[in-house]
Amino acid sequence: MMALIECRQLTRTYRRGAEEITPLQDLNLDIEAGRFVALMGPSGSGKTTLLNLLAGIDRPTAGTLSIAGEPVHALSRGALAQWRSTHVGYIFQLYNLIPVLTAYENVELPLLLQPLSRTERHERVSAALESVAITDRHAHYPRQLSGGQEQRVAIARAIVTEPTILLADEPTGDLDRESATAVMDLLARLNTDQGRTIVMVTHDPRTTEWADTLLHVEKGQLVEQAVGGAA
Amino acid sequence: MRLLRVFPTVLKQIVRNPIRSGLTIAGIGIAMFLFVSVEAMREGVHTATRVQAGDTTLVVYRENRFCPFSSRLPQYYGGRIERLEGVKSVVPMQIHVSNCRASLDVVTFRGVPRDDLDNALSEGGSITGGSVSDWQGRGDAAVVGEALASRRGIEVGDRFSAAGITVFVSGILESDHPQDRNIAWVHLPFLQEAARRGGTGGLVTQFNVAVEDPQQLETVGAEIDDLFRHDEYPTATRPERAFVGRAARDIVELVDFAGLLAWGALAAVFTLIANAIILAMRDRVRDHAVLQTLGYPGPLIGWMVLLEGAVMGLTGGLFGAAAAFATVRVGNFSLTMEGLNVEVAAGWTAPLVGIAAALTLGLLAGIVPAVRLARRDIASCFRAV
Repeated sequence: MMALIECRQLTRTYRRGAEEITPLQDLNLDIEAGRFVALMGPSGSGKTTLLNLLAGIDRPTAGTLSIAGEPVHALSRGALAQWRSTHVGYIFQLYNLIPVLTAYENVELPLLLQPLSRTERHERVSAALESVAITDRHAHYPRQLSGGQEQRVAIARAIVTEPTILLADEPTGDLDRESATAVMDLLARLNTDQGRTIVMVTHDPRTTEWADTLLHVEKGQLVEQAVGGAA
Repeated sequence: MRLLRVFPTVLKQIVRNPIRSGLTIAGIGIAMFLFVSVEAMREGVHTATRVQAGDTTLVVYRENRFCPFSSRLPQYYGGRIERLEGVKSVVPMQIHVSNCRASLDVVTFRGVPRDDLDNALSEGGSITGGSVSDWQGRGDAAVVGEALASRRGIEVGDRFSAAGITVFVSGILESDHPQDRNIAWVHLPFLQEAARRGGTGGLVTQFNVAVEDPQQLETVGAEIDDLFRHDEYPTATRPERAFVGRAARDIVELVDFAGLLAWGALAAVFTLIANAIILAMRDRVRDHAVLQTLGYPGPLIGWMVLLEGAVMGLTGGLFGAAAAFATVRVGNFSLTMEGLNVEVAAGWTAPLVGIAAALTLGLLAGIVPAVRLARRDIASCFRAV
């Protein structure tokens, strides 16, 4: 079976003053469609760098990255933005909802880039809010929501475009245990019920229980890969 | 289409930050009120003092005199001027003002002979609520310019007093001519008698001379001055608008200086919008990184910043221009000096220029932040949070 995500010799280097830092070096990785991958590792190991490269919000210094057959590493800045808008759903640790927009308007934001009518947008936003069970809060501003509710809105925003991959950067890092469990249940449901491919960076070993693949990154290299997780 | 689809989001950013947007728009509005008011004054001065190709009126005044109280010319000069070639009509005038200094509310009386009112009024004027015959039928009658009547709340049939002279209002004059709109026309003998304390019987302040051909304006003026060069009362003759410009030059200089205030107002608008946008961009670094992550291209985010500046500039400009326009319209302001009037123009030009300037400055103020934002990469935005 052909991998959905293919990383070959993926390297990211940047300079901080006179110092050259390489958070990711010659990383090779294949992820098949429909997987729920947990990416673990100590701080500074390169896992967030890898996530950002997969999301197309950072560019590799060397190597190739192909997602659904698209050579992401070779796309221009404009083409990369266009690609992100249709192929990537990104969930942040701190939700990052736009504070002056309601839950509904936050979820609608990515759809404004697509040639959809207002009715079509409404249908898709409503469906996304319903799938994360937050419909009753659609008119609330982020400041009026709890952390768990904000993260559910952020997940709705990430899935509303029906992206190829769903990326999550410590999605439960700012939540209490109960909310964290609800969010992880939700992600697992999106994976099993809708077949979405999810790559999640996490520090919390408990959250790996929901993943079916565990990757361990250290010093910019993949050191361990366990397929068929504890879930 | 994307450019239009993000417009509601930009509006929400403005409306849902009411304190920041409100203060910025209020500041722009105040600055544009100042700008439009000054521009209206400048437009009024321009209209009143710039000689135009079709002008046919000369003003004959006493040489080296600039105040109606010191310009005294024998009334019989009128007959001699009338005999010059190219002269269509001559109207002797006695000017009496309630205040010789520059002021916003001066009442100027112009005395003309009983049969000369029609000739004295500029073309295009019409008397409402009365007639020339009503004026001719009463010695203390006055035809009052519409701006003066509006300013003082005067109606036909009223009596009003100014500068010690009491008149009966026999008509209101509607005219496009600023000088006509701001004065009260009375009978010359009445005014001479009323002002006798100064001993002006048989003397007039000035002659208004209409020439047949606008091309002859300068020639006829020179001939009039030549005619009286060696008389006891030498004259200085100028086209009417040039005469206004010279006599009211203090006002002209003052208004020119006020032009600096207009530039200052524009600078204030630019600074206000630029400051508001830069602060907003600083606050929204994370939001813009999120938008980029969602797939918003840099140029589209830059466009949103430009739109925000333009909308705030336009809104402030509209408020300021509308307030200035209403103030000028309702106030009927007229700067009067030495009995001559310079109206604050209540036309559309100054408000429209103000609105366009505010919109342009809003766009200009957003350019640098927009370009910087459009070029910024996502990772650096997140690192800056």
